[in-house]
Amino acid sequence: MRITVDPVTRIEGHLRIDCEVEDGAVSDAWSSGQMWRGIELILKGRDPRDAWVFAQRICGVCTTVHAIVSVRAIENALDLEVPLNAQYIRNLIIGAHSVHDHIVHFYQLSALDWVDIVSALQADPREAARLAQSLSDWHRNSEHEFAQVQGRLQAFVDSGQLGVFGSGYWGHPAMKLPPEVNLMAVVHYMQALDYQRRANNIVAILGSKTPHIQNLAVGGVANPINPDSQSTLTLERLSRVKATIDELGDFVTKVYLVDVAAIGALYADWTQYGAGVTNYLSVPDMPLDTRGSEFALPGGYITGGDPATLKPITSYHDAYFEDGVKESVKHAWYTGDQGALHPYQGVTNPGYDGFNDDGKYSWVKAPTFYGERAQVGPLANVLAMVAAGHEPTTRYLNQALGIAGQVAGAEIPLAALHSTIGRHAARAVRCAVLYETMSDQWTRLMNNIASGDYTTFNRPMFPRGEIRGVGFHEAPRGVLSHWAVIRNGRLANYQAVVPSTWNAGPRDDNDALGPYEASLVGNPIADPTKPLEVIRTVHSFDPCLACAIHMVDTDQQEIVRVKAL
Amino acid sequence: MTGRGRNDGRNRRGAEATAAGRPSKPAAEDDWGRSSADRPVLVLGVGNILLADEGIGVHAVEAFQAEYHVPDTVEVLDGGTAGMDLLDVLAGRSHVVIVDAIRSDRPPGSIVRLRGEAVPALFRTRISPHQLGLSEVLAALRLIDSEPAHLSLIGIVPEDLSTSLELSPRLAAVVPTLAALVAEELNAFGIPVVPVARSGGAPASPPG
Repeated sequence: MRITVDPVTRIEGHLRIDCEVEDGAVSDAWSSGQMWRGIELILKGRDPRDAWVFAQRICGVCTTVHAIVSVRAIENALDLEVPLNAQYIRNLIIGAHSVHDHIVHFYQLSALDWVDIVSALQADPREAARLAQSLSDWHRNSEHEFAQVQGRLQAFVDSGQLGVFGSGYWGHPAMKLPPEVNLMAVVHYMQALDYQRRANNIVAILGSKTPHIQNLAVGGVANPINPDSQSTLTLERLSRVKATIDELGDFVTKVYLVDVAAIGALYADWTQYGAGVTNYLSVPDMPLDTRGSEFALPGGYITGGDPATLKPITSYHDAYFEDGVKESVKHAWYTGDQGALHPYQGVTNPGYDGFNDDGKYSWVKAPTFYGERAQVGPLANVLAMVAAGHEPTTRYLNQALGIAGQVAGAEIPLAALHSTIGRHAARAVRCAVLYETMSDQWTRLMNNIASGDYTTFNRPMFPRGEIRGVGFHEAPRGVLSHWAVIRNGRLANYQAVVPSTWNAGPRDDNDALGPYEASLVGNPIADPTKPLEVIRTVHSFDPCLACAIHMVDTDQQEIVRVKAL
Repeated sequence: MTGRGRNDGRNRRGAEATAAGRPSKPAAEDDWGRSSADRPVLVLGVGNILLADEGIGVHAVEAFQAEYHVPDTVEVLDGGTAGMDLLDVLAGRSHVVIVDAIRSDRPPGSIVRLRGEAVPALFRTRISPHQLGLSEVLAALRLIDSEPAHLSLIGIVPEDLSTSLELSPRLAAVVPTLAALVAEELNAFGIPVVPVARSGGAPASPPG
C-alpha cells in the first residue's frame, strides 16, 4: 500500500512524503520538495556586500541565519577578520534566534504529534500540577495556572474555535500520554508562546528589527558602541538582553528540557524508530576570536553513529569541510546530470519531468559529505559536542537522560538518541547549551567593551580577479552553508546548501536514501489513513523547505492531504 | 524565470542595503526594541520580495511610509514571509492593517478589503500563498489574549510569481492605490494620516 502525505510541514515550504507500507510498517519512502525557486540567481552580478540583504529573504522562518552565513561567506573569501564585539553581538543574535526556533518547534510545531489536546480536558489539574512539580521547580507549575489553562481550553473547544489545534489527530491510537501529562504539556505550550517572544526580543534589540535584522555588514556589525550615547548599544539595553537571557534559561532548563525528557520517556518505543542515516555532520559555531579559529561550540563529522569517530571541523578555513561537500541531481528535477558537483561549481537548471519513483522526484538536491549521506541538525551537533568533551552539553544531556530514566523507571542509554524521539531530546539539550553560551557571550561582550574596545567593523576591500569563500553556521535545523564566487568585486556564483537539503534530499548518485527517507523505513503505521507516525518522524527533523527548494506552489491543497492507495 | 532586467535592490530596499562598504545606518533610536505599547498601531506588509508580485504587500507599505506622514503611534513593518516571528510584533496592538498578496479567481491586480473576524477566517482558508505563518500567529494571539482589537486586510491578487525583484507592470501600477488604501484604513480607525507634500513631482523613495 502506498500513502502520500502532502504537505507535511505546518510552516512554509511544501514537502511531500510517499511511503510504501507493508504489514503495518513503512518499507520504502520518498521525500520530495514540491517547489522550485531560483533564489541564488538573483544574487549573481551583485555587490557581495549586499548579498546578505537578499539572502535573508530566502526563507521567512530563518531570515537571521541566512543573513549571518552570507556575510561569513564573503568574509571568508576576503580572509577578513571580524572585530570581537561584532562576533559577540552576532553570537548573541544567532543564539537568541536558535532558542526561539527550538522552543517554537517543540511546542508550536510538533508537540501536538505527541500530546492529545482533547485528552487534557479530562485531566485533574491538581494531579497534573503535582506531577509537574515533581519534575521541576518551575514557578509556573501551580494548580491555579493549570486549572486556568484547562478552563481556557474548554472554552475554545466549546466555541468550536480549536484554531491552531484544529488539525491534530486527537484520539489516535498512537497517542498514549495520560490526561495529566497532556495538560502539563498544554500549559507549557501556552507559556512557550510567551518565552519564544522574549527570545525574539533579544534579536530585535541587537539586530534593531525583526523579522529582518538590519545591523549586519560584511566585516562586522552596524551597532555603534558608545556607553555614553543614548542612540547606541547602551548599558541599559545590554542589561535588558541579560535579564531576558536569564528568563529564557529558566524556561528552557526547567520546562522545555524537562517536558521533552518526560514525554520522551512515556514514548520510549519511539527510541527504536527513526534513526535513518547515522553519519552526522555539524559545524563549530559562536566564534571567540576575530579569525574564526576558536569556537564556543564544537562541531564535526561522526560516521556510523559512533561518537568516537568524531573528526572535528576546527576553523572557518578548514578544508575538511570546504572540500567534502557535493550535491547530486540524479534524482532531482535538474538537467545536466554530470555526477555530484561541488557548490562552487553548482548549477541549477530546472527540468521537471514528473514524479518517478526510480527516477527524478524532487526539487531538492541530494548533498553528500565525502560521498556519504549525512544527517544534520541538533542531534548531529549534540553528539559532536559530547564527543568533543564539551562540558555543558554533557551535563544537560545527562540531566535529560536522568529525568527520562526517572519517568521510565529504567536507565536510558545514549544510543537511544539515534531515533525520532532522540532528535527532540537533542534539540532541547542544545537549546539549554545555547542559553548558557549566550550568557557567556554577553559577559565577554561586556568585558571587551569595559576594556575600551568599541570596534565593531573592519572595512572589506575587494581585489581584482576571482576569489571564493564559504560561510557556515550551525543553524537551528543544522549545517547551513553559503558558497560565493566573487569576480572583480561582483558575485559570479552563489549557492546555498541548507539544512533541510541535507535531511530532505532524495536518493543520491548511488541511490542511497536521504535522512528523511531512511528514518521512515520500519516506522509502524497503525492507520494508513492517519499516518501520524510518518508525521512524527519527519517533524522530528524540524522540516522547513522554504529555502531547501530551489517558484511557488501552483495549487496545493490547503490542508494536509493524505492519500492511501 | 522571466528575462526581466535586474533591478538594483538598493533603490527598493534602501533601508537595509549597505552602501559603498559602509555598514548600514544604525537604527534610529525609536527602533531599538520598542514594544507595541509605544506604537499601538501596526501596518504590516507581508510577502517575499524575491518572487515578484508575491512581495506586493511589502512594496505597498514602503510606498505608504514614503508618501504619507506616519504618526508616532504607527509602526510600519516589512514582515517578509515570517511566521511565528511575527507573534511578538503583532501581540498587544490596538489596530493592525495587513497588506498581502491573496489567491483568488479574480483578475490580477484586484483588491480585496476585509475587516475584523473575516481576516483570520481568510487566512484559515489559506488563500494567501504564505499565510501558513499568519494563520497560526493569529490563532496563537487569540490563545494568549493578545489579539489586536481592530484588524483589517488589504489583499491583492498577484500576476507574476517568478523569481524577480520587480513587480509586474500591472501590480506596480496598483501600489499608489494600495498606499492610499492603507491611509484610508487608518483614517477610518480615527488615526489621521495625510500625504507628504510633493515638490517637483518626483516619486518619493523609501527613507534610506
